[in-house]
Amino acid sequence: MGLFDYFSKKKPKSAQLAKERLQIIIAHERVNRTGPDYLPQMRRDIMSVINKYVPIDEDQVNVQFEKGDDCDILELNISLPEQAKAVRH
Amino acid sequence: MTSGKGGVGKTTSSAAFATGLALRGYKTAVIDFDVGLRNLDLIMGCERRVVYDFVNVINGEANLRQALIKDKRTDNLYILPASQTRDKEALTQEGVGKVLEDLKADSFDFIICDSPAGIERGAAMAMYYADDAVIVTNPEVSSVRDSDRILGLLQSRTEKAEQGGSIREHLLITRYNPERVESGDMLGLEDVLDILAVPLIGVIPESGGVLQASNSGNPVILDTESTAGRAYDDFVRRFLGETVPHRFLEVEKKGIFKRLFGA
Ligand SMILES: Nc1ncnc2c1ncn2[C@@H]1O[C@H](COP(=O)(O)OP(=O)(O)O)[C@@H](O)[C@H]1O
Ligand SMILES: [Mg+2]
Repeated sequence: MGLFDYFSKKKPKSAQLAKERLQIIIAHERVNRTGPDYLPQMRRDIMSVINKYVPIDEDQVNVQFEKGDDCDILELNISLPEQAKAVRH
Repeated sequence: MTSGKGGVGKTTSSAAFATGLALRGYKTAVIDFDVGLRNLDLIMGCERRVVYDFVNVINGEANLRQALIKDKRTDNLYILPASQTRDKEALTQEGVGKVLEDLKADSFDFIICDSPAGIERGAAMAMYYADDAVIVTNPEVSSVRDSDRILGLLQSRTEKAEQGGSIREHLLITRYNPERVESGDMLGLEDVLDILAVPLIGVIPESGGVLQASNSGNPVILDTESTAGRAYDDFVRRFLGETVPHRFLEVEKKGIFKRLFGA
């Protein structure tokens, strides 16, 4: 490795990775503790229904829960993998 | 002083905080809630003067005056050691509440509760009656996650929260290593603040002074030479309302001479 490479090479920084992982897991845990008690089970039920049609991973289901004044909002965000379409062929 | 995770610096910080408040003239008590794992006494250098403990007071086997250890170096400072009993149920909510009320009635200005690790009884009791919580966090994944967990408990399992109010939260980042942050191996201050979103009250650098202080049983805040001691002093002043800029956040730039000769 030349001197130039040494200075220009950008290693992925582990601290950045730590931050991203923390942001995701903490958001997830906050939803579970502020949301209703049935949330984790409902999430598993939703997962199993979707998995009957498209195989997805746990981390592709994003659940947001927001407490409002006159109503609470439950937001589900499910990203289907690109190759999911192919599975059913 | 709470954290969820163990070994992050709660006891070190409790000793420094209590000493700093007492040095400024406030009558201060510092209580070790770590039942079965008493250690604050060592850090405060009073381990050989322990006669009665927190649980003795709760059980009525001793009164507060008998159990409180008056610090030898610093006026206005008193230590209430943890019990070494293996009975984890020893800290009852009423018992803890009564001791805190009695301390207030005895004109204490501040009561610092040094929480044990975990989220079990000891930690729950240390936070229950708090007005303020200092969340002690290391810039490291498990500590940050546990701090968030503790924030959830502070917002639901405290007397203030149960009454519909809230306790003041302060983030104290300890064992901060600017070199490692600069090289990208350690979460930076902004990263931790982004994730936890709690007002920052202090950043204590990783410092050899902390180990030396614990070896000799002197709270590190008394070591005005050490960076950690000075950072703890800044923290106390901020807690008391002063505006004090944060220090020791950047890598100390070595002069050309030091760099060339590796001094
Ligand atoms: N700023 C610091 N620099 C270096 N070592 C530290 C620092 N803060 C704490 N430590 C060390 O970390 C260890 C755990 O500290 P302690 O205060 O007992 O944590 P806790 O009470 O949270 O379990 C001790 O060995 C202590 O000396
Ligand atoms: Mg401790």
